[in-house]
Amino acid sequence: MQPAQSPIPSRSNLAGWLYVLPLVLVLVPFFVAPILVVLAASFFATDGFGGLTPGFTLASYVEVLHSALTLKLYLATIKFTVLTWIFTLIIGFFVAYFLVFHVRNQLLAIGLFLLCTVPFWTSNIIRMISWIPLLGKEGLINQALLALDVIRQPLEVLLFSDLAVVIAYVHQLTIFMIVPIFNSMARIDKKLIEAAIDAGASRFDIMRLIVVPMSKSGIALGTIFVVSIVMGDFFVVKVMSGGGSASVVSAFYEDVGVLQYPTAAASAVLLTLVLVAIVALILRTVDIRQEITR
Amino acid sequence: MKNDRGDIELAGVCKSFDGVTNVVDGVNLKIADGAYCCFIGPSGCGKTTILRMIAGHDDPTAGEIVIGGQNVVGLAPVQRRTAMMFQSYALFPHLTVRENIAFALRVRGQSKADRLRAADAMIEKVRLTSFADRLPAQLSGGQQQRVALARAAITEPRVLLLDEPLSALDEQLRVQMRQELRRMQQELGITFIHVTHTQLEAIALADLVVVMEQGRIKQAGAAREVYAHPHDRYVAEFMGGQNVLSGRVEKVNGASFTLAQAAPSGIEVPLQARPTVSVGDKVDIAVRRDDVALVRPGRELPPGCTASLPSRVLAIEYQGYFVKVMLDTVPDDEFVAYVPEKTFFADPFTVGDVVMATWATGSALPLA
Repeated sequence: MQPAQSPIPSRSNLAGWLYVLPLVLVLVPFFVAPILVVLAASFFATDGFGGLTPGFTLASYVEVLHSALTLKLYLATIKFTVLTWIFTLIIGFFVAYFLVFHVRNQLLAIGLFLLCTVPFWTSNIIRMISWIPLLGKEGLINQALLALDVIRQPLEVLLFSDLAVVIAYVHQLTIFMIVPIFNSMARIDKKLIEAAIDAGASRFDIMRLIVVPMSKSGIALGTIFVVSIVMGDFFVVKVMSGGGSASVVSAFYEDVGVLQYPTAAASAVLLTLVLVAIVALILRTVDIRQEITR
Repeated sequence: MKNDRGDIELAGVCKSFDGVTNVVDGVNLKIADGAYCCFIGPSGCGKTTILRMIAGHDDPTAGEIVIGGQNVVGLAPVQRRTAMMFQSYALFPHLTVRENIAFALRVRGQSKADRLRAADAMIEKVRLTSFADRLPAQLSGGQQQRVALARAAITEPRVLLLDEPLSALDEQLRVQMRQELRRMQQELGITFIHVTHTQLEAIALADLVVVMEQGRIKQAGAAREVYAHPHDRYVAEFMGGQNVLSGRVEKVNGASFTLAQAAPSGIEVPLQARPTVSVGDKVDIAVRRDDVALVRPGRELPPGCTASLPSRVLAIEYQGYFVKVMLDTVPDDEFVAYVPEKTFFADPFTVGDVVMATWATGSALPLA
């Protein structure tokens, strides 16, 4: 077969499309289509029993935005998000820092790094249930404190509380901070650290002036992971708070339970917009693309 | 009172990373205050390790490092008042030129106004004023090198340590930056210690050239001394510009001895610094490549020349002001004559010609 003598003008375009085709085949049916369905559903009317009437009404949005509950739910979710973000960031940063700058043996560093993933060898539910023997009313912590006479009554606040929710989130999500921060720290040339020592920088100066600014992209990526996971979660809140706390997603999960699809869809669209705004804000402060291709 | 003396003494310095082999093996050396010292040797000879030990980035396994009369082993770089310029510069990629240069002052707690003023003065000294707000990635290799130099010099160290500072540059820039380094050293008036594996760089720059092999100093001295009077075969071959021949001593006659060689008449060598040579000893001698004259067989040798080694021309390279003629004089070893261009072209040889290699008897140098 002869190759085409005169190339079609759009030929390079065609090659480009072929390159992105596999991703398109995944993203369109599993991401774009569902979002469009949800978006459409948010504008539909409902008969109140799960039946949807195609059409265009903003009633669901009005309902969601007018509800005092929405603000409360967002505040609660943002509280969980911020607390989780702070703790995962601090723990994640120092774990990565330790692995990259203090473990001299690379094999040991990789081994320790894999250790961080051990909790993920089991299911999310098991991981949450495992907190009960530790934090519960009869749990290890309460028993120890009682035995030491630090407290007279078992602490109720440990389990089925906001504290428990944050603990479970931090436990689950720290790895999402460790990985990207570890990755960007590992790419810092060790000579830079030596050059800073040579200039007289203390360990704290090196962290503040060299390591943190140069790990920015990792911190930003980890932040995006943690924030979007916490904001999109209801399960941990439900289980760990014992039903005492709610989040944005748990509210529209309830809506779905009572067949209020359009309100649930409108809440979902709203949450997506909020998340997109947050991610855009993060990307605005840190040019991840530039940092990654550095 | 601040001690500004930058003289350095290494006494019995050893370094081992694995506890078995010494990367640096008992080095003793004195470097005068304000000297430009070049450590030279093949990679893995321990020169960079010595530099890092003087800088305080590695600790010696044994021995003392004395700067300005004070043993500095165990002190931090800042306390030693040394500064290091790293190979490939290690500039902070997220900081501008000005911030890079001001970094050391920043961590010393100088006020922003003070440190930026000092940095700007230094930037002017290295002629980078119009680049002060750029990031390192936006600079050329030569500019990055000047930033690295300025960053190291801003703390007013008494010793500046340079780890292969020119290796990342292309040939032309290297020669230019070489001069700039020397100019900066004279301007700052401090001790520079420069590690390189390029002979030309070392002899062009240094007051003191230190030739190293496998963790030991082979020879330390002025550039001209190391080049023209190498101690032994290793130094002669490493510094280049010499032909090394070996043979057995045939007879010793007063101030000279005769070396049995392929030459019919033997090679007469003045004793010079070698007091003890006896008949039967195996001896290496060096003859500078530019001292070798080539004469067609049957012609008279130039005055003062006694050696006469029949050779075949293997290759000829035109080098501009001289012509490099490679000969098979010594079996299995290089023997090269640098013939001045005009002399060569007055009676040019071609590859395969048989010539007699000769030199003034007094220019042969016995090696240890």
